[in-house]
Amino acid sequence: MADIAPASLAPQRQQLERLAALALESAKQSGADSAELAASLDEGLSVRVRNGQPDTVEHNRDKSFGITVYRGKSKGSASTTDFSESAIRETVARACAIARYTSEDPCAGLADADLMATDLPDLDLYHPWQISAEEAIDKACEMEQAAFDADSRVSKPGGANVGRHEGISVYANSHGFCGIVPSSRHSLSCSMIAGEGSTMQRDHHYSVSRLPSELDSPASVGAEAARRAVLRLGAKPVKTGVYPVLFDPSMARSLLQHFVSAVSGSALYRRSSFLLDKAGEPVFCPAVTLREEPLIPRALGSSAFDRDGLARRPRTLVDAGVLQGYVLGSYSARKLGLPSTANAGGVRNLILTPGEQDLPQLMKTMGTGLLVTEMMGQGVRLTTGDYSRGAAGLWIENGQISHAVQEITVAGNLASMYQNIAAIGADTDIRGNIRTPSILIREMTIAGQ
Amino acid sequence: MFELAKAQLLERNDLSLNQLDDALSSLMTHEIDYGELYFEYAHQESWSLEDGIIKGGSFSIESGVGVRAVSGEKTGFAYSDDIRADALLEAGQAARAIARAGQERRVSVTGQRDVPQLYLPDNPIESLDEAAKIALLRRADEVARAADPRVTQVMASLSGTHQFMLVTASDGTLAADVRPLVRLNVSVVVEHKGKREQAGSGGGGRFTYAELADNDRAAEYAREAVRQALVNLEAEPAPAGSMTVVLGPGWPGILLHEAIGHGLEGDFNRKGTSAFAGRIGDKVAGDECTIVDDGTLARRRGSLTVDDEGTPSQNTVLIENGILKAYMMDKTNARLTGGQSTGNGRRQGYNYLPLPRMTNTYMLAGQHDPAEIIASVDKGIYAVNFGGGQVDITSGKFVFSASESYLIENGKVTRPVKGATLIGNGADALTRVSMVGKDLALDAGVGVCGKEGQGVPVGVGQPTLRLDELTVGGTQAG
Repeated sequence: MADIAPASLAPQRQQLERLAALALESAKQSGADSAELAASLDEGLSVRVRNGQPDTVEHNRDKSFGITVYRGKSKGSASTTDFSESAIRETVARACAIARYTSEDPCAGLADADLMATDLPDLDLYHPWQISAEEAIDKACEMEQAAFDADSRVSKPGGANVGRHEGISVYANSHGFCGIVPSSRHSLSCSMIAGEGSTMQRDHHYSVSRLPSELDSPASVGAEAARRAVLRLGAKPVKTGVYPVLFDPSMARSLLQHFVSAVSGSALYRRSSFLLDKAGEPVFCPAVTLREEPLIPRALGSSAFDRDGLARRPRTLVDAGVLQGYVLGSYSARKLGLPSTANAGGVRNLILTPGEQDLPQLMKTMGTGLLVTEMMGQGVRLTTGDYSRGAAGLWIENGQISHAVQEITVAGNLASMYQNIAAIGADTDIRGNIRTPSILIREMTIAGQ
Repeated sequence: MFELAKAQLLERNDLSLNQLDDALSSLMTHEIDYGELYFEYAHQESWSLEDGIIKGGSFSIESGVGVRAVSGEKTGFAYSDDIRADALLEAGQAARAIARAGQERRVSVTGQRDVPQLYLPDNPIESLDEAAKIALLRRADEVARAADPRVTQVMASLSGTHQFMLVTASDGTLAADVRPLVRLNVSVVVEHKGKREQAGSGGGGRFTYAELADNDRAAEYAREAVRQALVNLEAEPAPAGSMTVVLGPGWPGILLHEAIGHGLEGDFNRKGTSAFAGRIGDKVAGDECTIVDDGTLARRRGSLTVDDEGTPSQNTVLIENGILKAYMMDKTNARLTGGQSTGNGRRQGYNYLPLPRMTNTYMLAGQHDPAEIIASVDKGIYAVNFGGGQVDITSGKFVFSASESYLIENGKVTRPVKGATLIGNGADALTRVSMVGKDLALDAGVGVCGKEGQGVPVGVGQPTLRLDELTVGGTQAG
């Protein structure tokens, strides 16, 4: 299982180009009027360590190919993991057979040819990590040891993981568009348990980057996992009531994910969103500005073109609280009678403009309330915005940590939660496609004792 | 069954059982306690309807072989999506590197045990022609739209999978299975006076599409989705706080899956990371509660003739009259804790490691009439339908989110309230079960359980239950 080194990527690139050409030609022969395909080759290693010993060593090597064909306005799709010519031809034939039974859909089809991206910037997303299983195990051991060393109340390991992942993918269609992107993604993560028996608490920390050199040190990831687990000891419910709620950056991210889902084309044309017809209206309080920056070099969410082949571009999605547009690919755009926003496949690097206050200052601003550090369950109804989720975190009394909290729910409605944002922090978490600092909501219902 | 799987997985790829023995023997040249080869070929299709038209269809094939080498608590794993002798050896070399090279050992796998089949090996995808599959979706659309003028959108999907698996291991295991699985789902949006709601319903199991068509399930699920959506259109904000909760029969059994199921999986208990570790023999539920994990139910979504390690599935009593009796085990965790596999070793596919997982988890019927249970409550919530759930197995805290619930006032079900998340503590939530109904029902066959990034089909079930206290996460405090 050799590493994919930059020099050896040329064969993979050629393999994907040949595959795309074969599939498109085969689609044409099978009677398709147009076709689009996505394929990828991936390779990786992940190790997990427990108690200073390797627990699992997994070698990953995957390939995938999927095609969608259009016969007139009817479509069919098929996929396979077998890259042999006969398997590709058979898969294409399957897709064409399916297209004989699907309905004419006036909105179906490739995005318009004149919209295809022509200039594809290299976003520098491919940085392989030359690390052996033994070296990865050593790093994981170092991470776990740092966690044990950080606090004597840490009792058990939940697993220290090191992973490297590299791959190359292609999107091509019968307009002649063919985009090939190599990329990498590496991570350190550590889960630790504090306390014993019925008082046990688990928490974790992680670092993820396209560049091995930009990962946090194993020792710092381990120590932070320990700190977070220990902070949760002695957790108990609070009294049911209405309180301010502060979402730490990793939890605040989920609030923005719900927003993205609600302004996405599929929810809008199905009329299953609480943010229907809200373009041009204030959907957040004026402190909120959301930018989409898909072209940041080396960033986790970066992408030069969307899943229709359109060039992605930076834009302001929410300006001072006002919704500037939707998140549309060409299909949902046609359904809504709007232009595509080059968001087939979603947003890329959505960034909430940070405020001035760090977390301790936000806690003071909140005074008395809940700092949420973990959420559970899927209690979010996008059609209505109704929100009710399990939560754990810290009770803040007069700006100071009072005790850990668990076995409670936080509830409200997303439409009013977004309007009731009282403050945005300066502590942006960049470990993902959505980058956000902490978010303080003026009031929500907490159900507990 | 075995011959079918062998033909599909080995003979089609020019592999013989002798070659599998060779590959296992090569694995065992290192200091390994257990070596295993898992072959899989699965094809899957799905069809979808939206806006009254058949919008899409897809077909996929997944096939490959996973090679696992276990040495003490260490596991090495590699896989290949090519089922070929050289790929098998290469994956074996990567997997066995977890342990040092040792003595030559010859593995010879004798044969497989006879296991009763729980489902027919028929291919669901070929059980109906394309026109008949599409007719199922159209039927759902028509019935939903005819059910009420407030229905503005109907989405329906039909999917079928046919999976062949064959596993052989250094402990002499040689087993195979051919598993059908189908599912039909209907989701609707209703709109009235500017208010909108969405609801869904569905079902399926280890049989073919013909079963769905013969029983007109499309109409049943469509009516049910519309009914739920209309109830929610009238729903008022839910209360917040700790109160008596009555759970309806069937799918609300997700309570058991989250509150105790995951916490009783063998890996967490071997590692001591579960709130239930070391608690066999303890009272963890009300006297009336007997809970099993049963993979042997014919044609159920969560059932398996043999698990993914080749162990025949079982009916395992987890909790008997409130007392914790057993954990769910795969081979590795059983070996490390001196126990036996309970047939719960499952994996999403050849490219994932097996883990101890649930099959069909349910509570046996009790003695109470469901009406009597509701009549016993002065003030509380009656929750009959749920979305998903989640658990933190270390702290034992679990949630599950109601999608259809009502207030109970003075022993009567009165008004619908908005869905809310319920949260509790697994180690004591079931000790508050004070009444168990006699109306045991299993869910309709839609469950997917996620663990460590792997999804597997599961079932749940229970009779009507009264929990004396559970936290209800509504918006109306006080």
